[in-house]
Amino acid sequence: MDIIKGGNLAQVQHVVLILSGKGGVGKSTLTTELALALRHAGKKVGILDVDLCGPSIPRMLSVGKPEVHQCDSGWVPVYTDAQKSLALMSIGFLLEDPDEAVVWRGPKKTALIGQFVSDVAWGELDVLLVDTPPGTSDEHLAVLENLKKQHKVDGAILITTPQAVSTGDVRREITFCKKTGLRILGIVENMSGFVCPHCSECSNIFSKGGGEELAKLTGSVYLGSVPLDPLLTTSIEEGKDFIQTFPDSATFSAINSIAQTLLTSIQNP
Amino acid sequence: MADIPSDAPQHCPGTASEQAGKTSACQGCPNQNLCSSGATKAPDPAIEEIAEKMLTVKHKILVLSGKGGVGKSTFSAHLAHALASDATKEVALLDVDICGPSIPRIMGLEGEQVAGLSLCLSPRYVEDNLAVMSIGFLLSSPDDAVIWRGPKKNGMIKQFLRDVDWGELDYLIVDTPPGTSDEHLSIVQYLSSARIDGAVIITTPQEVSLQDVRKEIRFCQKVQLPIIGVVENMSGFVCPKCKVNLPPTTGGAERMCEEMNLTLLGRVPLDPRIGKSCDEGKSFLSEVPDSPAAAAYHSIVQSIQAYCLSHVTREESAG
Repeated sequence: MDIIKGGNLAQVQHVVLILSGKGGVGKSTLTTELALALRHAGKKVGILDVDLCGPSIPRMLSVGKPEVHQCDSGWVPVYTDAQKSLALMSIGFLLEDPDEAVVWRGPKKTALIGQFVSDVAWGELDVLLVDTPPGTSDEHLAVLENLKKQHKVDGAILITTPQAVSTGDVRREITFCKKTGLRILGIVENMSGFVCPHCSECSNIFSKGGGEELAKLTGSVYLGSVPLDPLLTTSIEEGKDFIQTFPDSATFSAINSIAQTLLTSIQNP
Repeated sequence: MADIPSDAPQHCPGTASEQAGKTSACQGCPNQNLCSSGATKAPDPAIEEIAEKMLTVKHKILVLSGKGGVGKSTFSAHLAHALASDATKEVALLDVDICGPSIPRIMGLEGEQVAGLSLCLSPRYVEDNLAVMSIGFLLSSPDDAVIWRGPKKNGMIKQFLRDVDWGELDYLIVDTPPGTSDEHLSIVQYLSSARIDGAVIITTPQEVSLQDVRKEIRFCQKVQLPIIGVVENMSGFVCPKCKVNLPPTTGGAERMCEEMNLTLLGRVPLDPRIGKSCDEGKSFLSEVPDSPAAAAYHSIVQSIQAYCLSHVTREESAG
């Protein structure tokens, strides 16, 4: 397929999708944390949130409800800071009422995602992370088809939690990647053990090890595990930068390690 | 006909639109004559066929959440087990999560294929009085991905409702994927002539869930789907070592229910044994019957049963 030259993704160096067949495994949380870790490492990062029914990114980054402006090239992304180190686009910014339900069938979702891919003026970015809803349907096909027209897609990170109910869905997502020619950059096991903030006892609430087994079973790279950390949960709930608040935590260390492996992988394909 | 047929042009207005067959995009489309005749705006005949089929189903309950991973399938499965524990009741569980069908695993039916794909789809039975149907049964391998756009998913849901041999049921529980999209619109549309008792909405205490669940509630209001109530799942975790409890940050489901004038059916605590039971395809209610979580489930199920029965009584008095 010929790639359209120029366009709004022309100065975006790398595009990575964050996928999971399963809902609630932490795609948006890890997209947010990986973006913050990459920024922490001096990269210019963007997040495109194509979860139209449940857009979580705006709240996680505490950007409230800013107005989205237009420029000659299309929509101006929302920046989390004056230095414009982290750029965002989400349907969350376009809704009048944050509780308004987006009750759209596939074709309408496909059309907006096409616009999100081509009409956001990202400018210069090192990495654009694309947060997706669970599944293997309209949104995933739309974002992939539109990205492929405009830009090389580096690949996808797949998120799972340890239990079989999750890895069972993620196996299907792996098939989606293989069928659509999307490179799997690796699998992350999230909520991998719960560390009590009071006594540091580790409980395997959602069991453990399923992500690593899945990686072995499917011949994928295992990027690592991230624990279920109530301090991270609270940061996300409150829209705070976990990395600024808890730079010495084991959780940050795990996220940072995944971010570094990701960077190495996309810079040396 | 599907809202956007597979051979439609790029800017097809939709076959049910007022502009169907009449816009500039319609020029040259093979369906143009059909659309402009108005035939495609007629109600789908499947709706009446399904209503006919559903005459033998006393109560229909949808399990919804705007948010993924809050425990819809877990709850649906255990609601089904609890209702079926009364041997005089016939219960069925329909899984319309086409892309991520978890129900076969959770019900211990993984790897069971369904015979007779073409005309009469027969459900699988967990107990004599507990039937299950899921696209998971139609997939030949655990790696098979269902990479379908909306219209094809809608067609599958129609088949599940119209062509599955449900028989006489006291309860049909429908487990849904997260969101407010094709699957949700289709299930409500296809059951529109069949009276749904209501929806049970599942959330977890975190705001990241509640913000999506409020949208789901708005969806229910928009399509006039009654809400039986809200279940707060994974409600608090008590560390097994130090016993300290971790509370929600924005008032959880309780505050949301107050604000939106809904019933909080109950809270189910986060018990690692629930996830383990699901992975093993066993009923947590049988595995750990004396746990606080099992007690919470039973109390919630009783509230749902009471709602369904009072619903019938109200209808009978009104009729």
